[in-house]
Amino acid sequence: MNARSACRGRLALLAAAVGLAGCTQHGASPPPAATARVLPAAPAAVAFTPPPRRAIPDDAFGAVVRQGEALFTRTGQAAPQFVGNALTCQNCHLDAGRLADSAPLWAAWVGYPVYRSKTGHVNTFAERLQGCFRFSMNGKAPPLGDPVLVALESYSYWMATGAPTHVTLAGAGYPILPQPEQTPDRVRGKAVYTAKCSICHGAEGRGREAWGRLAFPPLWGPDSFNWGAGMGNVNLAAGFIKANMPLGNGWSLSDQEAWDVALYVDSQERPQDPRYTGDVAETRARFHDTPMSMYGRVVDGHVLGSVAPQAGARPRPPSADRPAAAAFVRRRGRAAPATPQPRTTKEQP
Amino acid sequence: MRTVRRRALGAAFVFVTGPALQAQGVDAVQIVMHGNGRGAHACAACHGNHAEGNRLAGIPHLAGLPDAYLTRQLTHFRAEARDNPSMQVIAHTLTPAEIVALARYFAALAPPPPASVTAPPPALGIALAVQGRGAVPACAACHGPGGVGLGDEFPPLAGQSALYIRRQLEAWQQGRRPPGPLGLMGAIARRLTAAEIAAVAAYYEQQPAIPVAAASSKDVP
Ligand code: HEC
Ligand code: HEC
Ligand code: HEC
Ligand code: HEC
Repeated sequence: MNARSACRGRLALLAAAVGLAGCTQHGASPPPAATARVLPAAPAAVAFTPPPRRAIPDDAFGAVVRQGEALFTRTGQAAPQFVGNALTCQNCHLDAGRLADSAPLWAAWVGYPVYRSKTGHVNTFAERLQGCFRFSMNGKAPPLGDPVLVALESYSYWMATGAPTHVTLAGAGYPILPQPEQTPDRVRGKAVYTAKCSICHGAEGRGREAWGRLAFPPLWGPDSFNWGAGMGNVNLAAGFIKANMPLGNGWSLSDQEAWDVALYVDSQERPQDPRYTGDVAETRARFHDTPMSMYGRVVDGHVLGSVAPQAGARPRPPSADRPAAAAFVRRRGRAAPATPQPRTTKEQP
Repeated sequence: MRTVRRRALGAAFVFVTGPALQAQGVDAVQIVMHGNGRGAHACAACHGNHAEGNRLAGIPHLAGLPDAYLTRQLTHFRAEARDNPSMQVIAHTLTPAEIVALARYFAALAPPPPASVTAPPPALGIALAVQGRGAVPACAACHGPGGVGLGDEFPPLAGQSALYIRRQLEAWQQGRRPPGPLGLMGAIARRLTAAEIAAVAAYYEQQPAIPVAAASSKDVP
């Protein structure tokens, strides 16, 4: 196992806990994970491969599993009542929640219930999903037992078929990067962003559109995740970016670049934290009391969070400014296997 | 040259003409049909009168590819960074102004129809194009649904010769083609298996292309 893979996932925490060298080569301890779990003592993370898509059973359970996959990959279309931004679950959990080091669902499923400092109590998996809707999707939490949660739970449970439980599987969560050599810096981060990210996410971080609709997701601004989301923690964003971005070329940035660009992205305005108390400083003290959150910090004379758009759904302007292209894509969507949401089309038999 | 232009218009292949044909005093149509007189053969001899390419010979269609993309490729051939003996020789004799004019000319042509469907595309090709495989993203994430293309950076694959697509992916695997913007395409190609390459190439050859303007892209305001 090389140094890189030794640093992946919660393995890094484990390594630190049991006194292994490897991920702390700069002499600093890894930053605290926002969702630190109490891990069972294990010598090494267990390897696991989820079953292939085509193994979803063709029965009543399988039908709900497929609903779960559709919810995960086309969240706004499949559950508009609970979604308040332009993102999908898959945007941050790649390959429909299957990809290691992208907080995959199969690894998450076997890690709950768990105590989370964010909520101060033992969370069930369903509660975790509720949090994703409220924060990452800037929407509303589906009530416990809602068919949306049942479908997502079924999808996750199916994906963990055959996995041992209450263990940290290799590739769980996002990798925990060692502290960078230099303190993360927004100016350097902006340079990384311009060179390696803006081609897809746009110069202003709002994403890019083509064929009359969104082609690449927004990283900040009113249609992205809100201030309460996990991705707003610089360490989690750095881990995600290191392993998964630029798309298709993960692990190509240096740790320093990943930290710098994560700080830059997380120092931009986005929808308000839904737990907002009416006062930014107080909200920071209660919910963002970590060096990993930029909420309430002063950046270029601006207090982050002070002009954040209200949390929750906002009326979206019609995006079809190129109606011809949109109509074309709709038409061909029916004729060809590629639909407007490319990755969600089922494999043809 | 006259006849050529009329023929092209008659076939409704050209939907932008005028300014696209002449840039900085270069007559693109003249070069396309007759060469530039300094060693560049007529492009049409290989790429076809309507730049529709030649599927069986693995010669790409150029019609409707983004002009910035075409310029980039001709510059790569000229610098011998992209491998292909005939194209390198040709690109060497082209001036930068000729390259720009030719790229604009081809970008304005309507793309050819896709290959007729003799067999449905292989499931493996559809899966890779539409869903991806693990750390290999879906091709559609960058090349658009059905490979219609996305802006200047991500060229369309729809309707392109399968043999040509396969050769490009192999060229990246063997380091014979520059990896492109951010090294994205080189990194992806290196992770594909031979079976995946054949399957995904067959899939894209059958997809209908759309005019370049419809695949244009901009930042979300
Ligand atoms: C903006 C990015 C983003 C979006 C969108 C998003 N998530 Fe997450 N998700 C995260 C982050 C960050 C974490 C924390 C990962 C960690 O702790 O390593 C996380 C964690 C999770 C976990 C727990 C993983 C674990 O190993 O404990 C689950 C389950 C999950 N998300 C499901 C979802 C679902 C379902 C959706 C859509 C409704 C969603 N996520 C949307 C960023 C996102
Ligand atoms: C080739 C295009 C491309 C490039 C370049 C790229 N991304 Fe992404 N990025 C994507 C796509 C597509 C997704 C959504 C993934 C999915 O749905 O499978 C994404 C998702 C994300 C997300 C989570 C979703 C969100 O909207 O917040 C973050 C954060 C992110 N990218 C950051 C970056 C950073 C930082 C860089 C530069 C180092 C970068 N990306 C470069 C295409 C790209
Ligand atoms: C002798 C035949 C021949 C002639 C003449 C020719 N080409 Fe090509 N061209 C090819 C072949 C073969 C390829 C594919 C090369 C490869 O496989 O990498 C190609 C590729 C290209 C590409 C890259 C397309 C892409 O999608 O990346 C461009 C651009 C191009 N040619 C432009 C021209 C122009 C402009 C002319 C006229 C000045 C021209 N060609 C004349 C054979 C030819
Ligand atoms: C992360 C974005 C991204 C993804 C995903 C992607 N590509 Fe590309 N692709 C590019 C870029 C950028 C170029 C342009 C390269 C250049 O300018 O030389 C390109 C070019 C190509 C070309 C050359 C086209 C021509 O006319 O010569 C082929 C073929 C191709 N890609 C096939 C694929 C296939 C097949 C897949 C899926 C397995 C795929 N690409 C996925 C970014 C991507």
